[in-house]
Amino acid sequence: MKQLVVLSGKGGTGKTTVTASLAQLLKPVVLADCDVEAPNLHLLLSPQTDDSFPLKVSRKARIDPDLCTACGACAESCRFGAITTGDPYRVDAFRCEGCGVCGFVCPEEAVDFFETDGAQVYRGMTPYGPMVGAELAVGEEASGKVVTRVRMEAQLTAHEAGLPLVIVDGSPGTGCPVIASLSGADLTLIITEPSLSGLHDLERILQVAEHFGIPTIAGINKCDIVPELADRIRKRCGELGIEVAAEIPFSGEVVEALRGRRPPVGNVPPEVEEPLRRLALVIEERTAVATG
Amino acid sequence: MVIAVAAGKGGTGKTLVAVNLALALHRAGLETALTDADVEEPNGHLFVKPAISEREDVTISIPRIDEELCDRCGECSSFCAYGALATTPARVLLFDELCHGCGGCTMICPLKAISEEERVIGTIERGRTPEGMGFTHGVLEIGEPKASPIIAAMKERLDPGVVNVVDCGPGTGCAAMTTVQGSDVCLMVTEPTPFGLHDLLMAVKMAEELGVPSLVVANKDIPGDTEVKRFCAEHGLEIALSIPFSMETARLTSSGINLVDTGEEWQRTFYSLYERITPMVGRGSV
Ligand code: SF4
Ligand code: SF4
Ligand code: SF4
Ligand code: SF4
Repeated sequence: MKQLVVLSGKGGTGKTTVTASLAQLLKPVVLADCDVEAPNLHLLLSPQTDDSFPLKVSRKARIDPDLCTACGACAESCRFGAITTGDPYRVDAFRCEGCGVCGFVCPEEAVDFFETDGAQVYRGMTPYGPMVGAELAVGEEASGKVVTRVRMEAQLTAHEAGLPLVIVDGSPGTGCPVIASLSGADLTLIITEPSLSGLHDLERILQVAEHFGIPTIAGINKCDIVPELADRIRKRCGELGIEVAAEIPFSGEVVEALRGRRPPVGNVPPEVEEPLRRLALVIEERTAVATG
Repeated sequence: MVIAVAAGKGGTGKTLVAVNLALALHRAGLETALTDADVEEPNGHLFVKPAISEREDVTISIPRIDEELCDRCGECSSFCAYGALATTPARVLLFDELCHGCGGCTMICPLKAISEEERVIGTIERGRTPEGMGFTHGVLEIGEPKASPIIAAMKERLDPGVVNVVDCGPGTGCAAMTTVQGSDVCLMVTEPTPFGLHDLLMAVKMAEELGVPSLVVANKDIPGDTEVKRFCAEHGLEIALSIPFSMETARLTSSGINLVDTGEEWQRTFYSLYERITPMVGRGSV
């Protein structure tokens, strides 16, 4: 079983559209929506949810006002500025990282810890194969943990169903959830767009992929918006030996398909579909898996 | 005053709104500073081209274990909430990327075998744009998972005497929360796609939980589209500004040209956005 991770330095480059198209073209596959802070893939692939379970991802401290003597030891030791002084002392749950230091230093045993709701992990079925995803509770962090869990469930599902490929729709950015999306991947596909920010973010995400030593290919979406910048992306990829496996022109019909929640392949014009098909072939070759 | 510009997802035009609003205010004579808190992908500088005059490293303290003193009792690794330490018969291993720098292990070690050293996780850069507007951004080191310490450090350095326009990272995770917390008002930038609405709702919930009032900016708005409008009406959200979708705008911003540079009209539009924001200041519940 191989894992393809689709990433984009920044959001809005069309990563989810490409992921959905690849699911259509390479089916049957297992899909893992690891864009846990803004999961969108389900909007295009409409999975029927089979089951879901809550995942506790972080703990928070809580101070018992009856026991607290306002001695100040906890606030002094908390490196995240999560404790507000006063009578009684309080924990700001948004800042608290659950490190446990306050509980350790409190002489009155006034601190205890509770698990927050965290995330809901679900498994479902799309017309293109099983899908695993998660909804993160608002303000929940540690999404790296959630990503790791979603990927694990997807891998298990692939083993159980005997499917050769897991497509991971990764998080935007270069932080914790992205790192969790990438580790152990077989191939990274970076979706970029010809804009100054697209170029800037491409550099950062390429460095991350390189840092983890994962083979990388690229796709340029909306490649005709600013041709000079598309050239610069091609050139940069050339210098780094990264194959540009797809150049997808801008099309209002893609936006329309998205707005209608229709999966791309079959609903977008041929000049958009053709590069997506080529991309699917390149991926098949690079991951060398036989798909149906 | 702190105006946070947020969005449930990336690519909605958050930076476009933050940059043009800041420039419009600065050009109208208000003392303004643009802070780009999207530390994973800071792009604001591409649009305002600041000269960076100060750089400051942001560090966290990570443990250093003295193997001579350590007897592998394992107290440190069982305390660490993030699994950043592992005790083996031979030594205690630290997984740098997992350590939050809480200091707990140093405190707990019965043999005082742990000291701390600073680890750079990012940089804050400050300067002014050619036209004199204040500019700050934070840059997270590549491969570094935690953005919050950098954002927290940037927020500590905001000048309360000026209008601060703060461009937040996308999403509703800890980085966006840390940025929005304590702001006077939050501008939620959205786009009229099902994605946009789904994520807008998440972002609005986040601001609500933080007690920061929000206003919506509808970007890439399409005439006749009522989805965003209906949604906002249903959820009691005020659309403070609507930026119509146009190929021209997409081309301009992709090339790093700001809307306010293209004419008086955008300058006025963004200034009126500010005028709609000011009455909201102080209305938050925190
Ligand atoms: S658990 Fe850690 S972060 Fe949370 S309040 Fe206690 S010391 Fe601060
Ligand atoms: S250390 Fe314990 S007793 Fe002291 S202020 Fe904190 S919670 Fe209260
Ligand atoms: S607590 Fe101290 S002595 Fe015990 S394993 Fe950790 S470093 Fe070594
Ligand atoms: S400083 Fe805190 S997070 Fe880092 S290793 Fe020690 S206990 Fe774990």
